[in-house]
Amino acid sequence: MVSKRRLWIAAALFVAAFPAQAETIQVTIEKLVFSPVEVNAKVGDTIEWINKDVFVHTATVKGGWEVMIPAKKSASMVVEKAGPVEYYCRFHPNMKGRLTVSP
Amino acid sequence: MRIRSTAALAALSLLLAAPLASAADKPTDPQIAHIAYTAGVIDVEAAKLAISKSKNKDVVAFAEDMVRDHEAVNTQALDLVKKLNVTPEDNDTSRALTKAAADERAKLEKLDGPAFDKAYVDNEVAYHKQVNGALESLLIPSASNADLKALLETGLKIFQGHQQHAEHVAATVK
Repeated sequence: MVSKRRLWIAAALFVAAFPAQAETIQVTIEKLVFSPVEVNAKVGDTIEWINKDVFVHTATVKGGWEVMIPAKKSASMVVEKAGPVEYYCRFHPNMKGRLTVSP
Repeated sequence: MRIRSTAALAALSLLLAAPLASAADKPTDPQIAHIAYTAGVIDVEAAKLAISKSKNKDVVAFAEDMVRDHEAVNTQALDLVKKLNVTPEDNDTSRALTKAAADERAKLEKLDGPAFDKAYVDNEVAYHKQVNGALESLLIPSASNADLKALLETGLKIFQGHQQHAEHVAATVK
């Protein structure tokens, strides 16, 4: 029994030391629309915006971060904080997106 | 509703009035490409003037957005006409737009400071409203090539955003 229990602790420690691998979540921008509009991510994940438009866009959080996404290029950011955030394009404010980040 | 002296509006009213005319007056794709391109160049030129003259950071930021977006649309338009092997064709609407823009520019060049900012931004609101109206009611429905139509539709979407932005800035300049 004891050994089994030890094994379990070891496993738990292992899991704690090597958390689930961070993912890259892609958001495509086409014709002034973020798609998908809403994404769920975990702290440590990377969000990659792929801009298919000929326009420069941004993913901007009011009073927070901003990622500049050049025309026909992509840009990415690692999410560091848990919680929901609304972002928009500072150049085209009708473009809106939402990130829900879990810890 | 303020009375605006811009001849540009008169020129664009011609565009809006066109659907009432006979089907033969419907602009062709080479004409549509020319009109759309000309309208873009006019806005870029006005924006460059604003960047050089204005000291209002909201006005300058707006003008910088106009240069960036309209140049992007026009680059796309040039790529498209090249791909389609179409030569944009000058026409009365393009000529009227160019003439009106020259008049507006002469007016703006004489103004400075807040008076310039107000005149520029008010004209941008009116200009985008008219261009968007023309796109919606005439240019997009008349375009026969699917790529051209798609580009105009994207243009409309972006210019509607410009109109809102201009209205927002107009509310702050007195």
